Amino acid sequence: MAAPVLRSGFPGRRWALAWIDDCSRLRSGSQIGPISNWARRQSSVAQPSLHTAQKPRKGEHKWAAVVGLEIHAQISSNSKLFSGAQVCFAAPPNSLVSYFDASLPGTLPVLNRRCVEAAVMAGLALNCHINKKSLFDRKHYFYSDLPAGYQITQQRLPIATNGHLTYSIYLGKKHSQVTTKTVRIKQIQLEQDSGKSLHDDLRSQTLIDLNRAGIGLLEVVLEPDLCCGEEAALAVRELQLILQALGASQANMAEGQLRVDANISVHHPGEALGVRTEVKNLNSLRFLAKAIDYEIQRQITELENGGEILNETRSFDYKRGCTMPMRDKEGKQDYRFMPEPNLPPLVLYDDTSVPPDADPQQVISIDRLRDMLPELPSATRERLVQQYGMLPEHSFALLNEVGLLEFFQNVIKETRAEPKKVTNWVLNTFLCYLKHQNLAVSESPVTPSALAELLDLLDSKAISSSAAKQVFEELWRGEGKTAAQIVSEQQLELIQDEEALEELCQATIEGHPQVVMDVKKRNPKAINKLVGLVRKASLSRADPALIKEILEKKLSL
Amino acid sequence: MLGRTLREVSSALKQGHITPTELCKKCLSLIKKTKYLNAYITVSEEVALKQAEESEKRYKQGQSLGDLDGIPVAVKDNFSTSGIETTCASNMLKGYLPPYNATVVQRLLDQGALLMGKTNLDEFAMGSGSTDGVFGPVKNPWTYSKQYRERSRQDAQEDSHWLITGGSSGGSAAAVAAFTCFAALGSDTGGSTRNPAAHCGTVGFKPSYGLVSRHGLIPLVNSMDVPGIFTRCVDDTAIVLGVLAGHDPKDSTTVNDPVKPTTLPSVPDVSGLCIGIPKEYLVPELSSEIRSLWSQAADLFEAEGARVIEVCLPHTCYSIVCYHVLCTSEVASNMARFDGLQYGHRSAVDMSSTEALYAATRQEGFNDVVKGRILSGNFFLLKENYENYFVKAQKVRRLIVNDFVNVFGSGVDVLLTPTTLTQAVPYLEFIKEDNRTRSAQDDIFTQAVNMAGLPAVNVPVALSSQGLPIGLQLIGRAFCDQQLLTVAKWFEKQVQFPVIQLQDLMDDGSLVPENGKLTSGSLTQ
Repeated sequence: MAAPVLRSGFPGRRWALAWIDDCSRLRSGSQIGPISNWARRQSSVAQPSLHTAQKPRKGEHKWAAVVGLEIHAQISSNSKLFSGAQVCFAAPPNSLVSYFDASLPGTLPVLNRRCVEAAVMAGLALNCHINKKSLFDRKHYFYSDLPAGYQITQQRLPIATNGHLTYSIYLGKKHSQVTTKTVRIKQIQLEQDSGKSLHDDLRSQTLIDLNRAGIGLLEVVLEPDLCCGEEAALAVRELQLILQALGASQANMAEGQLRVDANISVHHPGEALGVRTEVKNLNSLRFLAKAIDYEIQRQITELENGGEILNETRSFDYKRGCTMPMRDKEGKQDYRFMPEPNLPPLVLYDDTSVPPDADPQQVISIDRLRDMLPELPSATRERLVQQYGMLPEHSFALLNEVGLLEFFQNVIKETRAEPKKVTNWVLNTFLCYLKHQNLAVSESPVTPSALAELLDLLDSKAISSSAAKQVFEELWRGEGKTAAQIVSEQQLELIQDEEALEELCQATIEGHPQVVMDVKKRNPKAINKLVGLVRKASLSRADPALIKEILEKKLSL
Repeated sequence: MLGRTLREVSSALKQGHITPTELCKKCLSLIKKTKYLNAYITVSEEVALKQAEESEKRYKQGQSLGDLDGIPVAVKDNFSTSGIETTCASNMLKGYLPPYNATVVQRLLDQGALLMGKTNLDEFAMGSGSTDGVFGPVKNPWTYSKQYRERSRQDAQEDSHWLITGGSSGGSAAAVAAFTCFAALGSDTGGSTRNPAAHCGTVGFKPSYGLVSRHGLIPLVNSMDVPGIFTRCVDDTAIVLGVLAGHDPKDSTTVNDPVKPTTLPSVPDVSGLCIGIPKEYLVPELSSEIRSLWSQAADLFEAEGARVIEVCLPHTCYSIVCYHVLCTSEVASNMARFDGLQYGHRSAVDMSSTEALYAATRQEGFNDVVKGRILSGNFFLLKENYENYFVKAQKVRRLIVNDFVNVFGSGVDVLLTPTTLTQAVPYLEFIKEDNRTRSAQDDIFTQAVNMAGLPAVNVPVALSSQGLPIGLQLIGRAFCDQQLLTVAKWFEKQVQFPVIQLQDLMDDGSLVPENGKLTSGSLTQ
């Protein structure tokens, strides 16, 4: 019978480097610590032990929350899942709509090869079983931005099943302990996105934009293995990094390329699961964590007050920080699933099963895609730890910003400075400046080479680290001067002449007899004070370690 | 000239005996003259004349595009035609101008065919009479034939006793039968091409599912729909099929394999073939005339040296009810897009909410047959019913497919069956039963073929005692369309089906008998 017919739709770009990750946008302040900022920030809002923190009253058990997620990721592809219409964010309304997307009668779906490849790669990266044969179904409901009256999805036999996602969570007061956790993945399915409805309440009309209608989505269904907002947010963050690494999705939540629905229930451990609610359309990690934790607390409070939980859909009101029941006029929907008759089963091959006479354009080999998998975030982190002796939390921080790892690696390539020093400069100084001005790595005025040159000067002890900070600030102004130029213009070189330094030390000793007395009395702070005085006299151009050495010799300590 | 076959007129065009414009004008004039048949919903006169003009230029420059260049054709009004109204005979799509051509339409136009117009049908092709469209019923041209007038009872000749064409592609069948075009496209989901072909005395061919693109055909049942071909002889069908068949990147259910040319041998041979006669098709409701013709036809094959055997398709009796479940389920789904928002009818009545708008639009836009099928289909797809109805029907469909697989696997080459239970009936008779009952009766011999995706063809065989056409159906192996048509060509040659004698057309010389086919055939009652 008929073979599946695939269109080619290659991705706009494989790496989403130019996009600014929404969660980094949301972060503010310049308090950049050595660990994952995301986790740190979350800790202030997520209250991870919220539910367990409930002190059990007499005769009561603790509550446990059960959280499952459904994640929709827009596939990064030039064209839509079943039509040749272009995919582009923020194009003029209804400018990217094919006859099929508008559901003109007689039009038929044609599967986009690129979307299938993205789904297989995501399945492989998430340790799923890839189904060699998967099916498409119609899911029916009437909505103004769903022109066909049904969505094509994979309800019966999805492309990938039974995987798992490993993510890390931070424990301890300072979040310095990293523990890995695993959430099972039930399935990954290919489906169509809907259009957008814009309700104009004033004129009581609805405007429909079909640019989004028919864009390929990966629906990733997580088993309910999560227990709080923080876990959910961290798991989604890891998934986001994986999809970005694969080039499967730009996964930018602010642009709606990654959308999360959460299923939440609470129960007493050892007892049956509670009735669950679904919180829909969570479009930032912060709101995801907040909404889940709010909903857990709401359900506990409701149940403890003798109320009951309704199986309902709720939305998160981010202004008020709470979840609200969604108006659902139709009540319970029956989606009347039916096989999509216009698409033959999607058949995938491996190296052993590719038919010899097959048209290569019509064959997708799982083995070939496996060979093409890029390094995944977990492996990258491991490599960073191995290769540079980096702390695990530093490796997380480097991957947490789009483009930061690449920046780091470029600095490493060009500098003689120790990786540890580079890590510190990139994660503290550099990232701190970016955050302060709310810039993406790609928007940085300081290039990797400029930073590398600066670190070389520091490494060769040509300048002090405080002078280096000064130089960095100059570099950040982006006036086109090199680090060496700035150092020489501002006379920031360390005094290399040891005799001159000795004279400076002698003069300071003579000028501050009281401090010298304190030093001799073994006051531990005094020697540092003396070092500071010498440095001041040198206009910060002396190496403190060397000064200390000379002073100690002179005072015969 | 109009009475000729496509192949004959094509060679007349090539030899310059007639120009495309002359031919086009003759057809347009005949369309006007036979307006009372209600075969056409839209006559695309300007488009056709323009196309004829271009065709004429090509002929003058010796750059004819092939056999179809300059040939007037008609297309059922459920195929999308760019810029030409496509209504599906429904209020829902009145005024709808598709922005694109269905692949089959495009392929005809690419070969230089002239599009005369869009033909009438049952609303959204749901029916077996071509009586349930918003533009009124199609009248069978045989009602007005000399043969029928002479042989039928006096009271049957009153104007109110006109005959139906069968359906749902009755407009296309009537258009070909009344010589207003040389080929027409129909669609065939449960018999919608073969049934009216049988009642109107034309060849009606349903290709293998997957051989011809459905892109642009407004669907009834996606998993069974195929574009059908009406012509006045089997060779003409082969010419049209040759143009239409083949992979279409816009229809993922079309096969990738390269299609072989569909030229039929000039002297077809059926000796050595095995012809199966399915015993389940011998039902009590079958008219004795058709039964007798069926048996005579089997004898013809046997006399030619074919092996004729009785075969068993044991699940045939479950077919029609299974078809009903699958058909209505897909209908419910396919009709969901007609909500008045993007295109087509939009109710002006109630704008208080989107839901109210949907309800009013669909209430006004669809007839009761469509609404009834949407309701039953949605019922079958409900979560609580899905396993018991839809899944079960799919399983039965598999059994029916296997019936055919087994028969063809046992060495049978072609099945010979009736196409319809009876000859065409008068409209007044037909509407005594509702659409659902009629469809169940009329699709009895045809819809199982759609469930199995097989090729099948109605070959007009003889006139009944009342002077009305009777057709028999040949069913072939999947994708053995050429073999099927070869057998059909041989059969057609044996039976010598008489040409319709339309009195008013004979009178003005439009139709001069040219090939002696007006003599009675060899299979007469």
